[in-house]
This record gives sequence, C-alpha cells and structure tokens, in this order.
Amino acid sequence: MTEKSEYLIELTGMRKAFPGVLATDNVDLKIRRGEVHALLGENGAGKSTLVKMIYGILKPDAGEIRFNGETVDIKNPAHARELGVAMVFQHFSLFDSLTVVENISLGMDQKSDMKTLATKITDVSERYGLPLDPHRHVYTLSVGERQRIEIIRCLLQEPKLLIMDEPTSVLTPQEVDKLFITLRRLGEEGLAILYISHKLDEIKALCDDATILRLGKKVGGVSVAEESTGSLAAMMMGEELKEFKQAAKVTVGDIRLEAKDLNMIASDPLGISLKNINLEVRAGEVVGIAGVAGNGQDELLTALNGEHRNNNPESIYIEGKASANLNPNQRRELGMASVPEKRLGHGAMPDMNLIDNAFLTAYDRLGFIKSGLIDYAKTRKFAKEVIRDFNVKTPRANVPAASLSGGNLQKFIIGREFKQKPSILVVSQPTWGVDAGAAQTIREAIREMASQGAAVLVISQDLDELMEISDRIGAICGGVLSKFYPIEEIIIEKMGLLMAGVELEDGVQNVA
Amino acid sequence: MDILIAAILTIITAATPLLFAALGELVTEKSGVLNLGVEGMMIMGAIIGFVAVHHTGSASVAIIASMVAGAFMASIFAILVLKFHARQVPTGLALTIFGLGLSALIGQSMIGVAYTGIPKIAIPGLASIPVIGNILFNQDGLVYLSILMVIVVYWFMNKTRAGLILRAVGDSHDAAHAMGYSVVKIRFMAILFGGAMAGVGGAYLSLAYSPLWVEGMTAGRGWIALALVVFASWKVGRVLLGAYLFGGITILQLHAQALGIGIPSQVMSMLPYLATILVLVFISRDKTKIKLNSPASLGKPFHESR
Repeated sequence: MTEKSEYLIELTGMRKAFPGVLATDNVDLKIRRGEVHALLGENGAGKSTLVKMIYGILKPDAGEIRFNGETVDIKNPAHARELGVAMVFQHFSLFDSLTVVENISLGMDQKSDMKTLATKITDVSERYGLPLDPHRHVYTLSVGERQRIEIIRCLLQEPKLLIMDEPTSVLTPQEVDKLFITLRRLGEEGLAILYISHKLDEIKALCDDATILRLGKKVGGVSVAEESTGSLAAMMMGEELKEFKQAAKVTVGDIRLEAKDLNMIASDPLGISLKNINLEVRAGEVVGIAGVAGNGQDELLTALNGEHRNNNPESIYIEGKASANLNPNQRRELGMASVPEKRLGHGAMPDMNLIDNAFLTAYDRLGFIKSGLIDYAKTRKFAKEVIRDFNVKTPRANVPAASLSGGNLQKFIIGREFKQKPSILVVSQPTWGVDAGAAQTIREAIREMASQGAAVLVISQDLDELMEISDRIGAICGGVLSKFYPIEEIIIEKMGLLMAGVELEDGVQNVA
Repeated sequence: MDILIAAILTIITAATPLLFAALGELVTEKSGVLNLGVEGMMIMGAIIGFVAVHHTGSASVAIIASMVAGAFMASIFAILVLKFHARQVPTGLALTIFGLGLSALIGQSMIGVAYTGIPKIAIPGLASIPVIGNILFNQDGLVYLSILMVIVVYWFMNKTRAGLILRAVGDSHDAAHAMGYSVVKIRFMAILFGGAMAGVGGAYLSLAYSPLWVEGMTAGRGWIALALVVFASWKVGRVLLGAYLFGGITILQLHAQALGIGIPSQVMSMLPYLATILVLVFISRDKTKIKLNSPASLGKPFHESR
C-alpha cells in the first residue's frame, strides 16, 4: 500500500445537526496507523455521531474524511468496511434467533460458507481468548458473550481501523487484561484502534492519544501519557471531577433481607438455576455481588424482587417475614425496591412517559391514587422532583422513556426508587453505559441510601464500582454464590478467582 | 378401501390451497411483516384465475394471472405499510375486506359458469404403481407445484444467504439496517411473494377444488393459513404437516356426513376452526420454541431514522 499520509484517517471540520441539536460542530480527529486513540466524552458529547459518520451510518453536513491521505465520501457501512473500518457497537447489532455463525456471516462482506466461517471463528476466539461456540443461538448468550461475537466479527474482517464503543463494561478484570493484550498486539500489527470509553484508568492503561469532546465540540487533543486521569476528566466534564467521598460508616443494624438455601430452577430452560443461595443484608450496609454476565444475576434479582416466586416462603426473609412466595407489589409494601439491569422494557415502559413510569412503581408507597383515580398532579410533581434531584436531562416530564439516553433513563429509574425511601434496595448494573458524571451521582446516592439506614444489595459486573461502594463483597458464578468478604480484606485479583467460581481457601490472606 | 382412497385424494385437494397460502405467509412473516390480508389475496387469486381460464382456456395463463392478482393485492398492502408506515394489523384486515368485495364485483358475470377443472398430470411410471400411484402421482400440476414450493422455500430460508438476510430482517430490523441491508426492499419482496402464493392458493379453489366461481368461496381458508404459520412455529416442514392435518379435518366432516355419523353438520364444519384454536393454545405453551423461531420484529413498524 502506498502510504501518502502519516495518518490512517483524518477528519476535519466534521459537522452534523439533528433537528434542535448540533450533535458535532467542527470536530477534527486524526489517527495514525498502529495507534490506540481514545475518544472521550460524556453521554451526548457527540462521540456516537462522530463514529457513525466514520462508519457511514450518518452523512456529515460538512467536513472532510481522508483515508490514507485520500478524500473519501463514505456512502454506507459496507463502503466503510471495504475501506477497512470495523466497528464494535455499544448496543450490539445482533439477531437473537440466529446462531453465532449466522450473525457473523451477515456482517461479513466477503461471503464464505458456514463451515469455513465456523472454523475461522473458533480459531480467532481461541487465539484472542474470547471463548465462543459458533453454533449457539444468540438469545442464549450473556451480554459478555454477545460482545465477543462483535469483536470476533470485526477481527475476521482484518480491518485497518477498529472502532470500539465502551468494550470493557461487561468483562472481568482478567478478561479486560486479556483484551488489552489483544488490542496492544493488534496495534503492534499496525491496526489503528479508536477506543471510546468513560473509564479513564482504562484509557490511561491502553491509549496513546486522546481526543476529548464536550457538547459536540472538540475540547482537547492530548497525548495520554502526559495527562492524569484527573486532568482528562476535567477536560471531559468541564469541571474538576469530585473525588468520591466514602460516606461516614454507620453502624450496621438488623438483618433486613435474607436468603436461606434459596433454590430456583430457571424458568427459561436456557437460563441459570440458583443453587443454595445464602445471603444477608443488614440495615446500613452495601453488599456487592460481582460476576461475569450470564451467571445467574438476572435470576437472583428476579428471585429477590418477586418476579419469580418460590414455593418455600422461608427461603427469603424480608424484614424478618418469610416472603419467597410474595409477588413484587407485596414485597414493595414490605419496603423493598429493585432496579433491574434492563432499563427499557423491564425497569421502564419504553412508550410510556416519565410521569406514568414514575406512577407504576411508586403509586402504592407514595399514595398516588385518590378515590380510585390516578392523582396526576401528585405523580407529576414526584416525577419532576426525580428529574430535578437526579439531574435527568430531558426536555419535559411527559416524554416517552424510550426517548431518553441510557444514562439519563437510568438516573430516572434509580431516582424513582430511591425517592420512595425503601428500607431494602436491590440494584443490578446501576451504572452500565452511564457516563462518568452520572455514574458518580448514582454511586453516591447508593451510599447515601445505606447511610440513611437502608439495606442495599448491588449486583454488578463492574468490579471497580463494587470495590468502591460495597462494605462486603462476594461473587456469583453458575448460579452459586460465594462467601462474602469485608471490602478491606480483599484485593481485585482475588475477586477474579471468586468470579471464576474458585472458593478462596483458609480465608483471604493466605491465598498467594 | 375405496372410501379411504377417495378420502386421501380429497385431503390432498383440501390441503393444497392451505399449503400455498401458508408458505407465502410464512415467508412474509419471517421478514417481520404480519399480513392479515391472506383471505383477500386468496379470493382475488380465485376470481382472476377463473376469469382468465374462462377467457383464454389455458390453465397456465390462469395460474400466472392468479399470482399476479395476489401480488397486486400484496403490493397495495406493502406500499401502505412500508412506505406510509400504516399499522400492519388494520391494513391487513382492510385488505381482506377489500378483496372479498372486489372479487364479488368482478365475479358477477362468472356466477353459474362451468369449468372442467385443470388437467391431471400422470407421472409416467410412478403413476402406475398400484393404489398409491394413482393417489400420489396422478394429480394436477398445482399439487406438484405446492410440494415443490415447500422444498424451494425450505432451501431458500435455510440454505441461502438471501434467506438468512430475510430472517435477520425479521429478527431485528434495526440491526439489519445498521449492517446496511435494505429492510424495506427485502420486506417488499417478501410481501409480494406472500401475495403471489396466496393468489395461487385461491386459484386452486376455483380451478381444481370446486371448479366454479362462488362469492366468498375461500370461506375462511386464509385465516386457517395464518393460523397454520403459528401452528408450524414458522417452520417450513411443519407447514406441510399442518396443511395436510387441517385438510384432513376439513375432509373428515364431509366423509362423516356421508357415512351417516349422527353429528350435526354444523358441529362438523366447526372442526377445522376449533382445531385451529386448540392447536394455537397448545403451541404457545412452549416458550422456547416460540422464542427460537418467531420473528422478533413481527408486526413492528420500521422507521429508517431510528
């Protein structure tokens, strides 16, 4: 290949407007061959719009894209792939009812028969430590496994530029390390990588240069080595990121939520069954459960919040009452609130507006029903309070939940539950796909709940987050829950072992 | 023995129109579009096929005309649903009502007109096998075509890249669009195919099953075809099985009457529809199967901007 330019790809003056919003305004971006380039910015900063223009999904209103020094007009994703651009999306473009190999085949431009492709998939998955059975149906796979499909699909294209949108949010620390080794090796082989992330420490560990966007404008182009996570965050957010302050430890009180030998056969034949789950959460503490996606987290959450009931009422105690046979509303009456992982369609009704969504879980505890009718004035006031106090960015309260970005909707759902002042709170993946500022708000709110005396259980795949907010921590693997350890006594590598289902022998200290 | 052979022969004729219509609807639904206008497309196929054979005398011309008629009806649906984003369910219902009315109008002069029925084609050699030869290999061309279409549709859906893309569009139109596949174009083709197949299914009724024109002669077969697709959990092989099962039940009522079984004929005529309801209840109990085969985007409107 003739290399006319120092850069593989150069964007100049990229501009894209949507009705009412200027998504990107005069943005420049340059990536060299073999460079891992970070694209930083909060939700709504214009990162997605920018990469969609590179990938040919959106047409820029103005601006020039030069690839290998030559001006190109990227017409569609197929054209982008032809040029050598591959992309791992944050929201996976996968077909649930098709198999892994069929999915990958659809994303490939050079056609090959399924058998050859399956072999190639197995090769790549082994080489890069991304285990994946090509013949499984996608709907049986966890979030983490689904992401592997996307990554493998891209690698099979032998791209020149790989765009990765928040790729590590669903991986264990060991998997992240492996992925980084893979990415660095790909970089050495000459592949340019555009790495989009909110996790500043990852960018510090992996990236060479960074471009920082805020509100659609480029606010910085820096060499990562010369910056600290603090200075990167400051550029991204336009203000110094407040250091997370551990709320003053309150004395731990009575047991609020308890599971005793809880067994649940998965209702979905392809789900994970829970085996002998024992846990207790006391007033005033945050208990964290780590684990790789698809190890029984959903099943545990739905068993605890009453979506799936157990015939033996004594397998779950809520506020000392045998409750495993109670439905979600009865459990809510006892003081339990829960926030599921999936926001649209589980945590909120996509097509209903925020006021109606606020009503649905809060009407009973907050008395939104007056003589059999919905008290809209009161519900609206509550929804507006949630929007204000949790800094939900939305034009009005009566917009459909689906129109909010993932992070904003999550803030709304969390706020809705928190403001009901539950005595027990079960949260799954509180900050997945949420930008750094909002994630910090949510984490602080979780600590605040505990310090006000609530018992909080957080199920998360983000280990850093759990290490930061939990008092005690354990892990779930294959539907089996590990022992719990005080946060002071455990380090992140040991957590990796717990997440892989290895029980630590003789306490924590003795494990080398 | 003679009754049995007669029964089998009539089962085949009763099953064939269902098989055509259901195969077409299966392809349409696999692309993510629910077209409830099958009944309307079938009856238009029936009348146009009959008119064509009356004027030209050629069964082949009549069959092609019925396909065009069905596809034409389907194209109305496709334009409304894909271009103007009309809701699929009411649009499909309107298509059925429209088809029933229009066919009655066109068919006014055809009432009482006789036709001998499309010719049977004996397959040399095979047709002379005792007993089964006459049953299986001395049928009209459309019966053979229906079986051929089962194979073609199966092969297309499961073995070709185009079929894979079609299934992908039905599973998640947003993801398919993001990958650069033209959702609208693929769905348009699938809807047209569904219409053409429903048209032939209808023509089978007016050209072979009972070769004459009667207003509303499809008599709810379009709805049974729709139910068949769910019954088959969107699998081609099971559509074949289901069509013959339902064909059998339809025929059972006739023969039960002939044998003097003392059940009121109205109850017997209910049987296919009753069986449809029971089967649908039974089928929807198995969540995994539904999840695996049903097109996830079925009935959802697609907007390119989202």
